[in-house]
Amino acid sequence: MSRIFVSGYGAVSPAGWSAAEMQHALAAGTPLPVQPLARPGWDKPLRMRAVPPPAVRPAFLAHPRLRRTSPITHYAAAALLEAVKNLPPDPARRVGLITCLQSGCVQYTHRFFEEALADPATASPLLFPETVFAAPASHLAALLDHTPLVSTLMGDPATFAQGLALGADWLRQNRVDIAVVVGSEEINWLRADALWHLEHAAIISAGAGAVALCRDEEHAIGVELTAITAPQTYSARQSRRQAARTMRAAFGTFAQGLLCDGLGDSPRTDAPETDAWQDWPGARLSPKRILGEGLMAAAAWQCVTACAAIAEKRFPAAIASLVGCNQQAMGAGFQACSRSNKLAKL
Amino acid sequence: MIFPPHPLPARPPRVVVTGAGIVTALGLGWMNNAAGFRAGKTAFRPVTLFDVSRQRVKTAAEVNLPTTLPATRLSARQAARLDRASALLLSAAIEAWQQSGWEPSDEIPLVLGTTSGGMPLGEDYFRQAVRTPRLHRHQPTRAFQYQSHSQGRIVLDALGLGGPVHMISNACASGACAIGQAWELLRSGAAEKVFAGGYDVLSQLVFAGFDALQALSPTRCRPFDQNRDGLAVGEGAAMLTLETLTSAQERGAEILGEIIGYATTIDRHHLTQPHPEGHAALAAMTQACASAGVTPSEIDYVNAHGTGTPLNDSAEAAAINQWAGARAATLPVSSTKASVGHLLGGAGAVETVVALMALRGQWLPPELSLETPDPLCRFPLVTRPQDARVNTVLSNSFGFGGINATLILRRWA
Repeated sequence: MSRIFVSGYGAVSPAGWSAAEMQHALAAGTPLPVQPLARPGWDKPLRMRAVPPPAVRPAFLAHPRLRRTSPITHYAAAALLEAVKNLPPDPARRVGLITCLQSGCVQYTHRFFEEALADPATASPLLFPETVFAAPASHLAALLDHTPLVSTLMGDPATFAQGLALGADWLRQNRVDIAVVVGSEEINWLRADALWHLEHAAIISAGAGAVALCRDEEHAIGVELTAITAPQTYSARQSRRQAARTMRAAFGTFAQGLLCDGLGDSPRTDAPETDAWQDWPGARLSPKRILGEGLMAAAAWQCVTACAAIAEKRFPAAIASLVGCNQQAMGAGFQACSRSNKLAKL
Repeated sequence: MIFPPHPLPARPPRVVVTGAGIVTALGLGWMNNAAGFRAGKTAFRPVTLFDVSRQRVKTAAEVNLPTTLPATRLSARQAARLDRASALLLSAAIEAWQQSGWEPSDEIPLVLGTTSGGMPLGEDYFRQAVRTPRLHRHQPTRAFQYQSHSQGRIVLDALGLGGPVHMISNACASGACAIGQAWELLRSGAAEKVFAGGYDVLSQLVFAGFDALQALSPTRCRPFDQNRDGLAVGEGAAMLTLETLTSAQERGAEILGEIIGYATTIDRHHLTQPHPEGHAALAAMTQACASAGVTPSEIDYVNAHGTGTPLNDSAEAAAINQWAGARAATLPVSSTKASVGHLLGGAGAVETVVALMALRGQWLPPELSLETPDPLCRFPLVTRPQDARVNTVLSNSFGFGGINATLILRRWA
């Protein structure tokens, strides 16, 4: 059986435009400042943790395909390019690309629909294509040299683990040489309003995370993908609490390391995950408590954090616990692999 | 654990279809749709679901959904709260499920393709949030059910399933990609049975979007016609129960057809326009044939993506010409979008069921609206109802963003 390694990772978050800035914020342990987000018809604004403007305009924005794109694509592109930046140049390398979204392209969807309701005759034809869930993946594919396989997966945040499993399968079947899984989200007041209706305490945030997988240990950064639990779907047959417990049980006596959980600011929403991991004796990080509710981006941040903890030799192993809000619970396990020849470059 | 995965089987199992459900504007179910597609009926009418009075185009292929669906395991509350997308999907799912004879299980993955999931609910959410921001009634439900995986959960609960839900949103190739991914899951040994398909409902945003792009035909949808002037949108769903041949035979199940090939490629030319020569379409057809172990000479009919837009059809025609080579001169091609419009995320799944119908019934679905075939087409277009020997069908689906998918099906006899 072929082993699957992590060849890189990247992140854009309210902490900044790199995985290092995100790790720095998590290490500090202080929730990032909250900004107001105006909601029409309300005096009291919603709360958000926004991605700060990049210190330097990213070079990829000069690409003709990215000129009219919205932040969700910018975040995804930055995370993707960071995840593959240490790979040696190879135009023949086949890169598989899996983009995972929950809310998707809300900014342009909102703008276009608003225009269409006001006057369909003047609704911008430039905006509509950017509302399609597959648009970010299409733009990312255009940024890379050779992307034979591209797909967009929708779902709650645990879908990011489905993306990792799909990428690993593409690698196993030698259909690609690198598989990059990207989770990305953007903010607008409508998305924040919808989250508020489901969970008042949550603080919306945005960004992206990317994990690059490879089959060749030569390209590994000292991290190996060791486990992805079977999706535990919430249904009439299984509650969210049961699903979280089953996911946790699947890890059994997984080598003790770091748990990157999905706990946020809502005890009610967090209860099933808290319950599932109550016996966890090891270290624990909760990125959403620092960065906010980034939905699919937050799931990606958890996986990036797990990989970074191992790549930086802080832990020998790590688990990302992805107890999604309304679809499924999944978990991903990573551990140190023997060779970490790329570590110095990070 | 799904990783590490089970070892790949020494030889991929054959994948067959044992149940199919379909809903389009031609009607509910296999019988109604087979009769409609075989005759080349069209199902376009004035849009009633939302206001189109200020749109350039005012017709679409709208489905007449029944007010009640067959009894399922849904609670009375769930059944009463079904949104249009869930009802459409569930209608197709129930038909396929009943035909298959499958039993409820936690082991059957559900793979669905859609472009917009519960978009009409999102539109309602937006309108209420803007017009009456302090009115919360229905908003939490809309925020939840708008998400496409909610429609998947409805199918699970209705049929007593508990397996994983995979939601694929590769634009208008979503339905074909869902069936393709299900085929790959079965071939890799990850599952013995997979429930797969695609769906999309008409929504104001999408309708206005295509109208804004001036991609909608102001006359009638005429794929591959020299004077074609755009697509027509529709809504629909199709679901397939796919399983390994061994599983089907052990159950003594009736086999409707076999899926023998699949490929997906990406066209990076432009977000909304295909490469003029249809490079990615050509690659998808070529790779799908390779995976099926067939050549163009063995294909008896092509169900084209054929939207009716000038750019899509010319690129697809170029790709078919090049892929088929000498076979093009005698290879029947048609686009069933002439009958039911472009079903977006549902298109690939519905067209797969149409391919099964053609294989089962030994007929070709015609485009009666076609008047002057585009001279770019070196292949014969099916313009009248006709019986034919059909053993192998190739079905194309291409999407915004450039995902191209091709499925190949074979008659089961």
